[in-house]
Amino acid sequence: MSTRKSSTLRWWIAGLALALALPWFFFDWTTQRHSGFALTMFSEIGLVIVFALSFNMQMGQAGLLSFGHAILFGLGGYCTAHALNAIKAAGVWFPMELVPLAGGLGGLGFGVVFGYIATKQRATAFAMITMGLGELVGAAALMFMGFFGGESGIPTDRVIDASLFGASYSAPWQVYYLVVAWMFVSMILMRLHTQTPLGRMANAQRDNFERTQFVGYDPQLIRFWQFVASGFFAGIAGALYAILYEIVTFDSLAAAKSSTALLAAYIGGTGGFFGPVLGAILVVLLQSGLSLLSNSWVMYVGVLFIVMVMYAPGGIAGILAGHAPIARIGRLRELALPYVRILLPGLLCVFGFVLLVELTSFMTIGAAQGKAFKIGAMTIDPKGAPAWLLGAGALVLGGAWLRFESRGFARVWNALIDAAKAAEEAGK
Amino acid sequence: MEVFLVTLLNGLVYGMLLFMLASGLTLIFSMMGVLNFAHASAFMLGAYFAYTISLVAGFWVGLLVAPILCGLIGAGIEKFGLRRVHRNGHVAELLFTFGLALVIEKAVQMTWGLLAVPYRIPAELDFPLFSIYGTHFHAYRAFMLLVSAAMFGTIWLALTRTRVGLVIQASLTHPEMARALGHDVPRVFTLVFASGMALAGLAGVIGGNYQTTSPSMAVTMGPIVFVVVVFGGLGSLTGCFIASLLMGLIQTFAVVLDYSVADLLGKLGLEITKASPFGELLTMPLPRIGALLPYALLVMILWLRPRGLMGTRDT
Repeated sequence: MSTRKSSTLRWWIAGLALALALPWFFFDWTTQRHSGFALTMFSEIGLVIVFALSFNMQMGQAGLLSFGHAILFGLGGYCTAHALNAIKAAGVWFPMELVPLAGGLGGLGFGVVFGYIATKQRATAFAMITMGLGELVGAAALMFMGFFGGESGIPTDRVIDASLFGASYSAPWQVYYLVVAWMFVSMILMRLHTQTPLGRMANAQRDNFERTQFVGYDPQLIRFWQFVASGFFAGIAGALYAILYEIVTFDSLAAAKSSTALLAAYIGGTGGFFGPVLGAILVVLLQSGLSLLSNSWVMYVGVLFIVMVMYAPGGIAGILAGHAPIARIGRLRELALPYVRILLPGLLCVFGFVLLVELTSFMTIGAAQGKAFKIGAMTIDPKGAPAWLLGAGALVLGGAWLRFESRGFARVWNALIDAAKAAEEAGK
Repeated sequence: MEVFLVTLLNGLVYGMLLFMLASGLTLIFSMMGVLNFAHASAFMLGAYFAYTISLVAGFWVGLLVAPILCGLIGAGIEKFGLRRVHRNGHVAELLFTFGLALVIEKAVQMTWGLLAVPYRIPAELDFPLFSIYGTHFHAYRAFMLLVSAAMFGTIWLALTRTRVGLVIQASLTHPEMARALGHDVPRVFTLVFASGMALAGLAGVIGGNYQTTSPSMAVTMGPIVFVVVVFGGLGSLTGCFIASLLMGLIQTFAVVLDYSVADLLGKLGLEITKASPFGELLTMPLPRIGALLPYALLVMILWLRPRGLMGTRDT
């Protein structure tokens, strides 16, 4: 047990070190400046990690699938924007480092209100209530100008000249370190929360609803407090969003934002604590990176999500954890060749699919934007047959090949898992 | 009075359109426990298919072919997707259809463009049928009513008079028992899923040119259909029918009645302006609040009466 604890501690420290060092990989020494795009993207990753983890407090820990998680995020953001504007207007000294608490408390407060309504139900009914609440708040955000500022949103200014460390927060790297600090504080708190009686009972009522009641707990109350706690962290993520972009619009609480949390948490894996972290990193990278190159990142993330739901319900974290027993008997190396063998047809499939998607997209959206489909120096005519045939051929051929290879992979995999099980039995 | 009559008719048309969408979803949800997010996507696909077909072969061919295409897509989704996901429980199924809805929306944007397409009412039906107190009632609306009424009759006959219909009814309430009696329940599931999607497609064909055919039509219609299904109650087509009509009437009337709570209070002698407490909410005209109404209803019903209007069990 103690060795496991120290190894997770090592992971935490490695993660922190990486997060702290990250901006310096994108530092331009000739101009002595950080890359603004990279810093914004890393800050976005940081806040989406908090957002996805807070989502997983409901989904993974308590089994509550929410389609309206972004309302807590967005309302936290609005609270922060209003708080910042109020601090600025009143001229009081309030350190910037503590401003995200305004978002957290906002998320907590709205969590109490919405949680009271939503957590009366569970499973599908809970999912639908949260969807209704999400639509309700999203529509209300466009109607009520006073708090939400309508379509233009609430602009704010993060340079309030008050800091515990003398930072002005006019430079993006200072904001990035603020995000990292709050991300780690939130992650540690959320991790500790899983060890508290509330976190444990949330798991219990997820796994066996009736027995929790027999033991003497009220599942509804557990769901409520879990929802409220999750609201606090979603609010903090929203606060970081408000500070990063200096504006909060209704997009931040719309349905698309809710699906970002859902996609990130599920693709990463909802079973363990760290899954959503992986998912958040992947989804933001796809979102920011691909949206520069392609119109269709939603398509790719959506298809990835469907593939995950169908073939790997444990997400990326689940896939990684599946290797643990094989690693323990020290035969991980035997998987290398099978992996290469399914990787090739897999890549062919992905290539065919991406080509088809891009061709379709360039016929309509690209044409409307007046863009030409270019790969390097080569311009591809989306109306020409060769590209379409190539895409379709790659997809079909890759699919058939992958089907064939996956059988071989499953054989090797099952044999190794059996061996691992046998070794475990013998060890006992 | 004339406003009332015309609005009543329009509400009826919209309500029947909603029923066409919701009836399939109610059957799918009650039988399989799957809240199908992709249902409204079939509505959208139906409209787009019909648009493309109408360019080549005219509206009437589209009316026939587009729903069949949607049904085939539905059968494929059930057979190759949902059945596989089913092992991982209802939440996985919910997530699967959610992902599908995302992908279908994007695919539609990519194929037909981001803007609305000019899918028009056929010229044969593009004339005012009759007029009440000077307001015209369009022939196409009468046609929509006719189609949806015919569909309602067909469903009702199919469910109560045919053997398959009886098996469906049995699987609605006692799926295990129906299976134990030797009926192929999975095949019934596929059939119901496909027909539900086909009905949604049909609703798209006749609703797409009545409203607008744009990539956002699934997202706007989806939650409203969920409201109807929950409002009507699980396992009850009658409840679904009543809920559809009610929702159609509520939404249509809310657009017409241009009053706010402040107007009502003003009649009672209370002066309310935007500056008074809750002034912004109280002076909000009803047409704008009307947009919130379906979602408020959804939350209220699930919160206070998850059984719905005529449901046999909780959602």
